[in-house]
Amino acid sequence: MKKNFALIVTGLLFALLFGAGVAVYGFKLSTFLNLFNTNAYLIIVSVGVTFVLLTGGIDISVASNVAFTCMFLAVTMRAGLSPLLMIPLALAVGTGAGLLMGYLIQNFNLQPFIVTLAGQFFLRGLCAVISTESIAISNSFYTFMSLGKITLGRGNNIYFYVFIALAILAGAGFILNFTKFGRGVYAAGGSEQSALLMGLPVKRIKTLVYAVSGFCAALGGVVYSFGTPAGYSLQNMGLEMDAISSAVIGGTLLSGGAGTVAGTTLGVLIQGIIQTSVTYQNLNTWWTKVMNAALLCVFIAIQRVLAARAEKAKTAKPAISKA
Amino acid sequence: MQKVKRLSQNQIFWPLVVFVSILLLNGIATKGAFFEFKIVDGHLYGRIIDIIRNGGKLMILAIGMTMALATGGTDISVGSVMAISGAVACSIVDGRIFPGLGGNAGVAIMMALLAGLACGAWNGFLVAKVKMQPIVATMILLVAGRGIAQLITQGKIVTIGINPAINPINPSIYYFINGGYILGLPFPLMIVIFFFLLALLFTKRTAFGLFVESIGVNSAASSFTGINVDLVKLLIYTFSGFMASVAGLIESAGIKAADCNNAGLLIELDAILAVAVGGGSLAGGRFSIASSIVGALIIQSVTTSLLAMGVVPQAALVAKSLVVIAICLAQSKSFKEAISSRFRKGAQA
Amino acid sequence: MPNAEPVITMRGVKKSFPGAMALKGVDFTLQKGEIHALLGENGAGKSTLIKILTGVYERDQGEILLDGTPIHPRNPQDAQKIGISCVHQEINLCPNLTVAENIFIGREPMKFGAIDWKTVNKKSYEIMKGFGLDIDVTKTADSYSAAIQQMVVIARATEISAKVLVLDEPTSSLTAVEAKKLFDTMRALKEKGAGIIFVTHFLDQVYEVSDSITILRGGEYVGTYKASELPKIELVAKMIGKEYKELDEANVRSGKAVSGEPFLSVEDASSSEISDVSLVARKEEVLGLSGLLGSGRTEIARMIFGVDPALSGTIKVKGQKVKIKSALSAMRLGMAFCPEERKKEGIIGDLSIRENIVLALQAKRGIFHLVPRAEAERLADLYIEKLAIKTPSREQSIKNLSGGNQQKAIVARWLAANPELLILDEPTRGIDIGAKAELQKLVITLAGGGMAIIFISSEIDEMLRCCQRMVVLRDKSIAGELDGDISESRIMSFIAGGADSAKS
Repeated sequence: MKKNFALIVTGLLFALLFGAGVAVYGFKLSTFLNLFNTNAYLIIVSVGVTFVLLTGGIDISVASNVAFTCMFLAVTMRAGLSPLLMIPLALAVGTGAGLLMGYLIQNFNLQPFIVTLAGQFFLRGLCAVISTESIAISNSFYTFMSLGKITLGRGNNIYFYVFIALAILAGAGFILNFTKFGRGVYAAGGSEQSALLMGLPVKRIKTLVYAVSGFCAALGGVVYSFGTPAGYSLQNMGLEMDAISSAVIGGTLLSGGAGTVAGTTLGVLIQGIIQTSVTYQNLNTWWTKVMNAALLCVFIAIQRVLAARAEKAKTAKPAISKA
Repeated sequence: MQKVKRLSQNQIFWPLVVFVSILLLNGIATKGAFFEFKIVDGHLYGRIIDIIRNGGKLMILAIGMTMALATGGTDISVGSVMAISGAVACSIVDGRIFPGLGGNAGVAIMMALLAGLACGAWNGFLVAKVKMQPIVATMILLVAGRGIAQLITQGKIVTIGINPAINPINPSIYYFINGGYILGLPFPLMIVIFFFLLALLFTKRTAFGLFVESIGVNSAASSFTGINVDLVKLLIYTFSGFMASVAGLIESAGIKAADCNNAGLLIELDAILAVAVGGGSLAGGRFSIASSIVGALIIQSVTTSLLAMGVVPQAALVAKSLVVIAICLAQSKSFKEAISSRFRKGAQA
Repeated sequence: MPNAEPVITMRGVKKSFPGAMALKGVDFTLQKGEIHALLGENGAGKSTLIKILTGVYERDQGEILLDGTPIHPRNPQDAQKIGISCVHQEINLCPNLTVAENIFIGREPMKFGAIDWKTVNKKSYEIMKGFGLDIDVTKTADSYSAAIQQMVVIARATEISAKVLVLDEPTSSLTAVEAKKLFDTMRALKEKGAGIIFVTHFLDQVYEVSDSITILRGGEYVGTYKASELPKIELVAKMIGKEYKELDEANVRSGKAVSGEPFLSVEDASSSEISDVSLVARKEEVLGLSGLLGSGRTEIARMIFGVDPALSGTIKVKGQKVKIKSALSAMRLGMAFCPEERKKEGIIGDLSIRENIVLALQAKRGIFHLVPRAEAERLADLYIEKLAIKTPSREQSIKNLSGGNQQKAIVARWLAANPELLILDEPTRGIDIGAKAELQKLVITLAGGGMAIIFISSEIDEMLRCCQRMVVLRDKSIAGELDGDISESRIMSFIAGGADSAKS
């Protein structure tokens, strides 16, 4: 019950916002489906970030990872290489970047935010080294992936790549709930010291979550390039914030230990609704950022209040002493 | 000998050595042209003067960032606050907002600084009162800030040229912030010196510096000794926001426009890097504002040198991020242990 | 033991930390099917030895044999794999996971590549029922009391089917009834052939359940004895050793009934952590707050000092009603508080001794009234000499000092602020015996000089030596007050909630 409380709040907020949208503009299936179409890549990236947040870490390199993946694909596609080879390679590179950051953080006790900030700038810089121009991607595979869709009546489309996001969501949900690694992620975030003394491989878990995040960011980049077939060094600035706020709005605690990928997905969709309404209202698109930030603030404040209450409810936490 | 040893233990020693070496290398590479000074109309010109002028923003930011890092926090919103500050100032000078003020540059500057204070206070509120992680708290403004700036300028790049419709004299006062000279030296340098002395005075002549270091090392213990930890943090983030707004003014005066998308873009890493290169700990504790300023000068001179070599500015990010990791590793105890144990093993074998 | 068969043999184990030798060559043998108490004063090296056995620390020298084979556990996982598991004093479980999960995490039964939750929950329920707890194991651990949580930890440790089970102060958060249950479990495990190492500071519990006793003192091995052959008084003498005399000298004021003016009186005050506290602290007097860990001692101190401000009731300082909303307001009223966790709440590690000493005075004066360097140096030198703080210089980082000297520096910090009431929460925990005696003397001297002192300690001997009056706590409320006739048995009966535990 307690576990699901945050999820219910987020679900209600989603229903409320969506209901309000329906009341004002009327229900259109296409609008609902487009929430998924436009945000598929963000769902993937946010799911990855959720893993990191669950352990109490943070990864702000994902936006650059997405941009780098797009850039990498754009350049290799331009060179005529096969997407079926290059996409797995891009995923490997993204995962590797995450793994390396996780290794640095865990092995040398560095602060996650500094390391992933450096990672963010490194990947962004690599994009610029490759090219500062926008490079379009055009080949038959991409045409297929970016246009391939299931049509449910007039104008109601689900693009194929949405299913990638749904598969990742299902996979992540399974990993978090039904594997030792997944439960270890929660344990490490709940009490690292205890998890260590219970004999869990905390260091490995906390390294691997960055690899998961890197993989998801790269896959998010691939899906983004399906939707917008181009690579540009400055694309997706600030995406890390969207991903983190999706997770937080979805009930993930920044201190770690609590959160679900389903909640994160709802968080993405809530932000998607805000964006859609801003577009419908013909407002300056920057309002989206401002409103998302405001929403994030509110949710973190709620978390703080709940956490403070929980702290009061139970006795002082055990002292943490590291060998 | 003893003196030399003591000197080299001072935090500022190695950053200074590095800075001077970079200057010398540049001097050798340019066959001395690097060190040439020219006096035109009583104003000093030269490559080194350029570094100081262009590094002004970074030095200003480094002052605020030093304090934020010293408490064990960070402020990654500085770039966005720069954009807000520039947007406010330029939009007022331009008459876009508050046309009643008649584009008065003085008022515009005041309003921009106030905006910076407000942004900083907001960050401070989130960190000190709401107890958010500093990275997340300031990340909110990092993203929302550019949105706010865009809303102020109504999504345009506000250039402030001579606008006879409002007031033809004002803009030149505004340009002075970046391009002006006092006593033959560029005005940004004066601003840096002013705030450096102010910060020095406040940290050394009051107990503020001691409290900041104490909080950075052990925040829980500090509050047990009666230090108002929340207030100190609030002040520091407010100060950092204020410094960012000053930097924003220098930047927008330099390009004579408010460019919300690009003003101070990605400068937060440079500011953190400046502190790190200056030898400050990224985990909180001991700090030296002077060392951070030298750190900022090092970064600026490296950036300038890279630009002179024809490297794309964004590509320099790659090098900088590697330097950050290198410095972090150098400060990391476990890294040192790993290296020394490997070394020992090697010696045994 | 007739069929003695060692499961663990440790020989010549040495371990040093920067600045201190924690273990100076310790031998220890644990037989199969025995409960072996490991005893010693704080700082004797018990926890270091246990941490080496369970892989938290690596030993510098010496060997450890498990069933005759040398072992080198590098981390708790390693140790667990070879059959050594440990229950610590702090409750080590993940509060956000369910009880069932806490028992099984890391070793969950799998079915078709997924965790078989049905089995996990069913088995966990049965295990907990075996411990006499009929609880919903699918609730998160933090929805249960500390005692139940500790039982969950123990259930996990025993479930790993350990050959060797280490219990490090497992009863400190348990009630007497719960402790009895735990002892039954220990005996049952013993019958199955497990070797159990039992660390505790409750000597009665040692005699209730242990077969053998090994004593450490100052990092050295003193000896191993059969519990039935070692009288309690001899045991204490061996634990305290030749330093016993030195401690005895500190016993200056016991029996002397002094009552100065009341400095602080608390009437029916409640904070968010504790309720209905009434007590009086007088000048020239050491008032003890006694009780088990978690009984509310620290919570009272925190309320008085404004860390968790009082929400109701009255607090008077020198007869004047006051509101204490923060540490600073308490300090301005003349109070000082040395908190329990020296590393976490006391020292500012990277700062110098001088800065650490001057900090409270500086906070009291405020940001704009900087304590001049010369005055700070004078104060630092004064207290380094007065409290005999062993350091090469006042500019040394405090983290480089030994625990006892750090503690003295923290006390110096508060003395520099010139308080009228000094609250000391476990000031002698984890420091060496010499420094301990010095601190106890200091406390008595300060009270003699007119200061009001509130003294909190888990060690009853220490309380008996230092305090004139004692307030005894049980389960977050005051169980009684002892004045004049303070004896270990009376304190114990209050703590245990015996016959004469009505409020006096």
